[in-house]
Amino acid sequence: MTGATSLLGASVVTALRDRGADVVVMQRRPSGLSGVTEQLGDITDAGAVARAVAGCESVVHLAARVAAVGAEAEFIAANVEGSATVVAAAEAAGVDRFVHISTPSVAHAGASLVGAAAGVADPGSAIGHYARTKAEAELLVLAANRPGFSAVALRPHLVWGPGDTQLIERVVSRARAGRLALVGSGAALIDTTYVTNAADAIVAGLDRCHDVAGRALVISNGQPRPVEEIFHRVCAAAGIAWTPRYVPLSVAANAGSVVEVGWSAAKRSDDPPMTRFLAEQLGTAHWFDQREVQRLLRWKPAVDLEDGFAALRTWYVGAS
Amino acid sequence: MNQPAVYPVALEGLEPRWSRLITATDTRGDERTWHVLDSHADGPQHAPELTVVCVHGNPTWSYLWREVIAAADDRRRVVAIDHLDMGFSERTGTVRPLAQRIADLDTVISALAPTGPIVMVGHDWGGAIALGWARRHTERVVAVAVANTAVHQPENASAPSIIRLARSPGVLGLVAERTDGFIRGALAMTNAMPPEVATGFLAPYRHRSRRAAVAEFVRDIPLEPGHRSAATLDAIAAGLDALAARPTLLVWGTDDPVFSDLYLRDLRARLPHADVHRVEGSSHLVTEDVDFAGLLFDWLDQALGAPTAPAPPSPAATDRRPAWAALSERRHDSSVAIIEPAGASITFADLANRVERVAAAMYAEGIGPGSRVATMTEPGIDLITLVYACWRAGAAIVVADPGLGVRGLSRALRGAVPDVVVGNDKALAAARVMRWPGRRIATGSGRLRTGDASLAAWADTTAPPPPTPGPDTEAAVLFTSGATGPAKGVVYRHHQLETQRDVLAGTYRIRSDDAMVAAFAPFALYGPALGIASMVPDVDLVRPGRLTADALEAATEAIGATLVFASPASLRNVVATAGAGPRPSFASVRLVLSAGAPVPPALLRRSLEVFPAAVAHTPYGMTEVLPVADIDLAGIDRAVAEAGAEANGVCVGLPVAGVRIAISGFDAAGFAEGDLSTAAGSTGEVCVAAPHGKDRYDQLWRTERSSSRTEGWHRTGDVGHLDAEGRLWVEGRLGHVIHGPSGPVTPVAIELALEDLDQVAGAAAVGVGPRGTAQTVAVVSLAAPPDGAVAPPRSRRGPRRDRAAVAPLDLTDAARAAVADATGADLAAVLVVDALPVDRRHNAKIDRTALAAWAERFLAGESVPPP
Repeated sequence: MTGATSLLGASVVTALRDRGADVVVMQRRPSGLSGVTEQLGDITDAGAVARAVAGCESVVHLAARVAAVGAEAEFIAANVEGSATVVAAAEAAGVDRFVHISTPSVAHAGASLVGAAAGVADPGSAIGHYARTKAEAELLVLAANRPGFSAVALRPHLVWGPGDTQLIERVVSRARAGRLALVGSGAALIDTTYVTNAADAIVAGLDRCHDVAGRALVISNGQPRPVEEIFHRVCAAAGIAWTPRYVPLSVAANAGSVVEVGWSAAKRSDDPPMTRFLAEQLGTAHWFDQREVQRLLRWKPAVDLEDGFAALRTWYVGAS
Repeated sequence: MNQPAVYPVALEGLEPRWSRLITATDTRGDERTWHVLDSHADGPQHAPELTVVCVHGNPTWSYLWREVIAAADDRRRVVAIDHLDMGFSERTGTVRPLAQRIADLDTVISALAPTGPIVMVGHDWGGAIALGWARRHTERVVAVAVANTAVHQPENASAPSIIRLARSPGVLGLVAERTDGFIRGALAMTNAMPPEVATGFLAPYRHRSRRAAVAEFVRDIPLEPGHRSAATLDAIAAGLDALAARPTLLVWGTDDPVFSDLYLRDLRARLPHADVHRVEGSSHLVTEDVDFAGLLFDWLDQALGAPTAPAPPSPAATDRRPAWAALSERRHDSSVAIIEPAGASITFADLANRVERVAAAMYAEGIGPGSRVATMTEPGIDLITLVYACWRAGAAIVVADPGLGVRGLSRALRGAVPDVVVGNDKALAAARVMRWPGRRIATGSGRLRTGDASLAAWADTTAPPPPTPGPDTEAAVLFTSGATGPAKGVVYRHHQLETQRDVLAGTYRIRSDDAMVAAFAPFALYGPALGIASMVPDVDLVRPGRLTADALEAATEAIGATLVFASPASLRNVVATAGAGPRPSFASVRLVLSAGAPVPPALLRRSLEVFPAAVAHTPYGMTEVLPVADIDLAGIDRAVAEAGAEANGVCVGLPVAGVRIAISGFDAAGFAEGDLSTAAGSTGEVCVAAPHGKDRYDQLWRTERSSSRTEGWHRTGDVGHLDAEGRLWVEGRLGHVIHGPSGPVTPVAIELALEDLDQVAGAAAVGVGPRGTAQTVAVVSLAAPPDGAVAPPRSRRGPRRDRAAVAPLDLTDAARAAVADATGADLAAVLVVDALPVDRRHNAKIDRTALAAWAERFLAGESVPPP
């Protein structure tokens, strides 16, 4: 498993460990996870990757450079070349199940998505370095799919949960600062994924890897909600009073306009300026048809949004 | 100079493999090349059992038939022929009048060597050419289908003004040949043609040199006697009886400025056996506006399929009681039959006598079986006289509800094509202005005479009594609400209305000493048929919600009413205006009946406080079958208590005598195509078998076929289930079912759960997103805050829409919990609007289709005005 330090990575490790799997995790800094074998290193380092995958049957490839800004070369190195390195090492090590974690934005360039299908990754129309390099990575992983090496791409949409320092905490900190605004009407329906549901789907992806080999599947809770409601629930869970304010889509989409929180905002970089892509992400619907993925993976989200927000509330109460 | 025939380039909807060139020698001895589109151009594996030959008109080409060709299969070949000098056929540079066109069609059909029998299909002048060929080849032709065409200039129709204009000197060459204006004009005669399709139609006519025949076709229309093609067209028209034994389908766009409804009437008169499918609001290129291929093959399946069982025999004439029987029986009775709000009244004896005289006068003037009479007059003595006189004479009444609005009314009347319009001065003036068909007869007396006869004059004449019309004679054309799309005409025969009368009398135990106040239009006509005195209260029937308790009391007192029929809107206002004081005449009312829209139990309960001696019933039914089921307040309470948490929808009770109800369940794709079932608890389309149901929809072949595709049953378009007691629960309209990822979700139970919330005044559940993965969304309007409470601020900072919003969190939580609890459905969003859109006619039915379209856009993040 690459990229185990993220919220999702830790959740996947927990799910795998809970069913008795021997898990090797590889990332640049110590993960702090217990009961796993650690292999520190960078995924662009072929030697380190080869050492990590040696003896493994399956690979979950989660590591990526996730940011809305940054130099293109860094994205290419981590996302494209890194993925190629992991795939090559896995094939060399005799791995036969390869689950690649991707993102819905590899196939969708910001337009409104209403009950959308996953679609085919398209680097040509993807917006921004992140989406474009993730699209290339997904294509190269799926191109490696062959008998004896089952590769599948799973695209969880907007993963969140207790302890999430990125998406949830970004909303919360902005709301605390009185700087949380909605783009457009705030009514756009957005799919999100509670973190353990995404982890369960990834484990199911490993289990059904041979059945779904070569496919790209979007993962979500299947419970789209208006952006405004999601912000309200996050703020309520964190115990913050929030009064919505609204920025027109046209204003937000114009370069140089106000900058507000983005669900797909950077993980490691500073807050990005408002980009057209971000404005469209927050101002237009993004939800997906979940029937096929649930049938193929024989998986359903175990935690519905209500329970997820209750867990978030508990976490914030405990944290304060 | 000749130009050779060519294959078309790649065009939207066209398979290149269909395209082929046919060379043959025409009847003038010249070798000519036709371009045809042929579903079996590659050469069939087996000889097809049937060949469908499609003939285009002017200025189109075989592209018109692309979807028909695409629908061909191994058994059925479809060929579409481009006329010479048209489409991609050879440009001969010759003039080819109608007779030559028919001869050319014969030449090319022979060259195509069709196997099996032939179905001829034509549009525009292609229809005349196809019919001209078909009548001479009845040995090969097994069926004919034509759309917006003509074989004769109706006497009362001036030539279409566009064609006259196009034919005028100097104009024809300009619009039809030197420019593509004529073609573009024709292409505009559809509802929004996609540009790539318009490109397809224009493709063969890009250059002036290729358009010569477009002008030539226009020149060939015989608008004047002695025209070179007049004799040919007359011969086709006169010879259509040769097709009397051939199934024939007439498909018609009603808004065609070239071939108006007058041409349809002319063709129906010549082909009285024809099935008709009118497409309300469609224009000349009707084939582009409807699924013409689906319609054609559906129709062929039925027309050429195994003969259906003969219709069940009508009730024997001996034990039959005609609609006017009760009136005849009371012809010596001097008690009051009808009182008008202004005070005029008539006895049973006088009414019976007047009906007989008017019927005799009508019959003497040729108004009898087969005639249709539009009754454009307000409820009262004149209307009742007219209705029963029509039935007695054998004419069908056309009852168009003013609630349809002037446009809807006009559409309804043009479609039903009454032979006679009877109305007051205002109605007849409208009839003239709006060009409604039919002879105009005035009601009233001593006023401006706008008709060519009057009801009063008829009532004074003496003529021999007409023969008694048979039970299968058409009795009425009624109209559906038009709440969703154009109103549909519904045809009843006498025996169906007679059974309906008996069902009403039996269900509500109506006796001759009952008396009725009917504030609900259809029931207002039934007093004499039921043999009881009746009165309409003083209220504008277009605005039934304005009926006051005082006006109703005046009526109940005048007529001594034991029965009150009122729409929920009327009843609501009566209850609201009743006050506390005693109203003695209300105490003699034994039955309050409310129908026309869902009647909330709370309203029935409150109405019983106003009518202390009454029981409150509400029948369930529709224009096509009424009543289907019935329930009273106690029955509703019992059903709801028994269902408990399992309640889903509104209980409308047990079927009335003679009616069977069954459910057609949803298939995996969410379509209600399941076998009929009476199993408790399974949801699907409500299907009804009732002897008093409609005969058919009027000139809506496919709509009728679809609604009666289960032999002997009417598909209501409502969705619901039966419970273990056999009671029907209605869960919504089929078109409003939300096709979610876990299967179909019906809206009514969700809406009831939402309306139970204190904050909510009205609610609608709609789906957003693609069928099969749609999300359920609640749209609510809020109740006024309690007295003294301060309304929450509506305006928020920022450039926000004013009157539609995502609901606040507390309302969202309450709504989602209530809906999940009651139905298990998960609401993706709860939206608040100032007012839910309702249809104008009933002022009650929420326009969920419009609301769903709005919610889809709003929840996609679009900036869209409130619904």
